[in-house]
Amino acid sequence: MGQTIAEKILSGHCGKKVKADDIAVCKVDFYFGQDGTSGIIIDNFRKLGNVKPADKTKFYMVIDHSGPSPSVGVSTIHKKMRSFAEEYGVGLYDVGEGVCHQLMPELGHVVPGDLVIGADSHTCTYGAINVFSTGVGSTDLAITLATGKNWFRVPRTVKMIIKGRLPNGVYSKDIILHIIGQVGANGCTYKSVEFYGSAIEGLSVDSRFTISNMAVEMGAKCGIMEADKKVLDWINRIKKHSQRRPRPVFADIDAVYEAVKEFDVSRLAPQVAKPHTVDNVSPVDEVKGKQIDQAYIGTCTNGRFSDLETAARILKNKKINPDVKLIIAPASRNIYLEALKAGIIEVFIKAGGVVLSPGCGPCVGTQGGIPADGETVISTANRNFKGRMGNPNAFIYLASPATCAASALEGRIADPRRYV
Amino acid sequence: MKGVARRLKQDDNVNTDYVISGRYKFSIEDPKELARHIFEDIDPKFASRVKEGDFIVAGENFGCGSSREQAPQSIKAAGIKAVIAKSFARIFYRNAFNIGLCLIECDTDQINEGDSLEINLEKNRLKNITKNSLLPIRPIPPVMKKLLSDGGVIEHFKKYGGFKFDS
Repeated sequence: MGQTIAEKILSGHCGKKVKADDIAVCKVDFYFGQDGTSGIIIDNFRKLGNVKPADKTKFYMVIDHSGPSPSVGVSTIHKKMRSFAEEYGVGLYDVGEGVCHQLMPELGHVVPGDLVIGADSHTCTYGAINVFSTGVGSTDLAITLATGKNWFRVPRTVKMIIKGRLPNGVYSKDIILHIIGQVGANGCTYKSVEFYGSAIEGLSVDSRFTISNMAVEMGAKCGIMEADKKVLDWINRIKKHSQRRPRPVFADIDAVYEAVKEFDVSRLAPQVAKPHTVDNVSPVDEVKGKQIDQAYIGTCTNGRFSDLETAARILKNKKINPDVKLIIAPASRNIYLEALKAGIIEVFIKAGGVVLSPGCGPCVGTQGGIPADGETVISTANRNFKGRMGNPNAFIYLASPATCAASALEGRIADPRRYV
Repeated sequence: MKGVARRLKQDDNVNTDYVISGRYKFSIEDPKELARHIFEDIDPKFASRVKEGDFIVAGENFGCGSSREQAPQSIKAAGIKAVIAKSFARIFYRNAFNIGLCLIECDTDQINEGDSLEINLEKNRLKNITKNSLLPIRPIPPVMKKLLSDGGVIEHFKKYGGFKFDS
């Protein structure tokens, strides 16, 4: 019987052939925590007794969710992370380096064929470059830090075939919002999702990350794509950072899927997820005109160079609506530098935007950009839960960078297609 | 295991942001302190209503969203002995058993706020003492049962020096 990508990667890491529903104890290639989860990783690692990191080159901590620190409480956690890194000689990306989910692939820590866990639910992002990566809690991460291993239940796989050519002004964010709207927040719980089809092949690697990033919003354990030429070229470009060899994994022709779902995106309109759930999705037409107070472009979903470039093209030589706050956070220091060189940051500043340091920005409501009671935000992030941005009395809409940029110009939710 | 049912204002898709908001989990490390803020954004009085030994009762996909372990940690620190729901999201599911918090999957439609419940893990059933009815519960997978009986994955690790599962 053939194997899915998830079954193959897990088999390759546990030394025996496993299939869906089996339990496998696997070696993990890379693992990390961020500033919201590393505190408990450290506490629980110490509780394990007299242990050392199994391989200190495979573990990193990233300060991204809340940096530069807005409070004494957060500063204390950051300090604890720095002390732990020094004590054990493990890696730390400090304030301003970027979002963990951009840094892991960009700095060559993860390559095709890897098995990766992160103490952050959006660890599924690297599925876009053929990595079995999934979010876990801090205790799981502490166990892996000490042993280099963890146990996994091999997930069943849902195959999604995305066909067609995306219309102008419609992006990978619109594809994944549409899919989540169709299958629901619980639609792929515990499943591995494999994405295929001409629409995926047509996307840049940057854009593919957006899709895998949001696999968890339909409950999935991972959202994996094949490593095609675009992925291998992308890996080659970042090779200066990594000596690791990509090991692309393909599903067998007779692999067993729990379900196969097809989507045609040829006539897809820009999509918007309305408050307060990610699966509450409608075409932009249905929410167009809704007044906004803030627009946010950034995060592990849409803070990459091509996202900033798309937004800048819409904002160039224009001013945002005077009643709107436009916040931008590049996903990494490298992206920030690239955007500076390309004149993109200047476009944002001249348009009236505020550029924050690389990191998660106001996505999870722990730093700059917390909305007031009754305010409406349009954001490129992946979650719009009540209170997500720090205020349960605010309303969050999720959309593509183009839709967010167009909305910032108009002061209300806008269709980006007339700007591109 | 006996306890009283506590239903939330929201039934389905209770995410971990709702269990404990990001604005607390990034600045407070003490689970007992976090426990004072559980479910604050969707049910502000919940934390003051809940008592030691209670069960949370919910609908589908409980614990979806963020991987924050502060979610099961603060539920446990509030004295809640088990969460009973129709289904759970996977990261929360692992996290709960890893710290020794029991999760029960069953049809929760007939359980009301304040019902007295008794969970029987050997017979895989839940007795609603108030309504005098029996509900079948989905058997807890052997790995989770092992972690639960060892008191969580840390204790499991300390006992065996690694993973020790029968399967």
